[in-house]
Amino acid sequence: MSDATVAAAPADTRRAGRFVYGAAVAMLCAWVLVPIYFLLINTLSSPEAVNAFPKSFVPEFDLGSLTFFANFAGILTALKNSILVAALTMVMSISIGAPAGYALSRFDFPGKELFRLLILLTRAFPLPLLALPLAVMFIRAGIDDTIFGLALVHTTLAIPFAVLITFSLFSGIPMELEEAAWTLGCTRLTAFTKVILPLILPGITASAIFAFVISWNEVFAAAVLTIENRTLTAFLLQNLDTSPLHLKFAGGFILVVPALIFIFAVRKYLFAMWGIANR
Amino acid sequence: MNARFLPYLLILPVTLFLCLFFLYPFVLVAQQAFSTGAGFTLDNFRDVSSHWKFPISLQNTLILAAAVVPVQLALALLMATMVNKMKKGRDIVLYIWTIPLGISDLAAGIIWLAIFDQSGFLNSMLNAVGATDKPFNLLSYQTPGVVFLAIARAEIWRATAIMLVILVAGIGLIPKEYYEAAEVFGASPWKRFLKVTLPLLRPSLQTALVLRVILAFEIFAVVSALGGTLFPVLMGEVYTYQFELLNGGAAAAIALIILAISIASTLVILRALRVPKGASI
Repeated sequence: MSDATVAAAPADTRRAGRFVYGAAVAMLCAWVLVPIYFLLINTLSSPEAVNAFPKSFVPEFDLGSLTFFANFAGILTALKNSILVAALTMVMSISIGAPAGYALSRFDFPGKELFRLLILLTRAFPLPLLALPLAVMFIRAGIDDTIFGLALVHTTLAIPFAVLITFSLFSGIPMELEEAAWTLGCTRLTAFTKVILPLILPGITASAIFAFVISWNEVFAAAVLTIENRTLTAFLLQNLDTSPLHLKFAGGFILVVPALIFIFAVRKYLFAMWGIANR
Repeated sequence: MNARFLPYLLILPVTLFLCLFFLYPFVLVAQQAFSTGAGFTLDNFRDVSSHWKFPISLQNTLILAAAVVPVQLALALLMATMVNKMKKGRDIVLYIWTIPLGISDLAAGIIWLAIFDQSGFLNSMLNAVGATDKPFNLLSYQTPGVVFLAIARAEIWRATAIMLVILVAGIGLIPKEYYEAAEVFGASPWKRFLKVTLPLLRPSLQTALVLRVILAFEIFAVVSALGGTLFPVLMGEVYTYQFELLNGGAAAAIALIILAISIASTLVILRALRVPKGASI
């Protein structure tokens, strides 16, 4: 074997390795994207094309399925309900959860561990099941089958994340910054609103969006707790057996679109949020 | 405001909220499961477990979790290490890989229905390559294997992203010095992964596994969209009892069974991946 081939061999394997690596990345991207593309084709095709066989692999750009979806009785109300519940969940889980996140990151106090345990416990329980007893409780309180009632359950789902994520966000801001503001004449409250809040606002927005997505996607509690005021997921679930294919696909697509936007909006924070929240 | 009371004031809303909407309903559900109107009874559990659908839905739920979670863990670890090595294109690849994070289980079920449906894309592909000329009904009672595969694929597709996010965040916290030291001592990339990444990633692995395993026992909408009644799972049974049979006691009993399985597996995971005191970074 000549010297040249000895020297060339590692270069070759490295090039081959890079190729395999690139191919694997591309394949995994396709694994995520292709199913969504298929759903897009179905959504942008006429109902006839959706039920036809074999399928074309390019969309017709026919709005038949989407207009059918929009005109289907009750769907627009369900869509509106979904948005309202998610918005309410977002506001409640952040306004209740963020103060606790701040307390966890800034203070050492007796009972802190117990509180953390309570928060962590909620993650270890199948929370949608709480919808069963709450249905009874809500009837007594007169908030059964309402947007607000469902939002309360979704807030329970979102609150552990709101606390842990805001905890990690606040922990990312050095305590010294706040102390400096105090020495310059700020009170605890003004130091928070003038110094900390502007720094943390984008992160808070990201975790609010996270809460929105949790509520937007929740199926079980929504289906159990709502009858007249169904959310989109509950509506689709309850009609799975009877609704035509093109309605399901258009509905699925409407569910997916916000997800794409939301993940794009929070992509920068996604990893920071989990980094410290894991500890 | 006195700094001694401030933290308690700040955590008060969450504590009250969780007591009212988490602990209290949890007590109620237990009460509901152990009573049929008069006093303590195990009747609900007896009713539920003697129903022919119970063993099969328990089995389905467990097998599905056992099949899906290890694949997701392996896939998420692979993706996380790949992303970690990436120099350009990292952001776009991460964005694409985390897209399913925002997609609901119902939507994921519908997405994979577009593929596995009788007139769906899998049949169309088989037709395009000339393997068949008429579409098969892939999701029927005659093909339980395909139904299982479709559900498992949809679940892997949808829920690997959350593990990926947790693991990428965890890997980001491992100091680069560990890798540099390992490299100086001549550790191969595989050795570095086994001896540095995996042990230091234990807290993140813990979180990711607990979260995923619990959610795997709660699988519901994916199954409803793809398998319907062909593939009964525990969560679906809760829904049926509560909504169609209007038997709240039985629904509560299954809910408690799911809860018991969740807690048991959480404890197993926490124990298996425990982090020695003082060894965390």
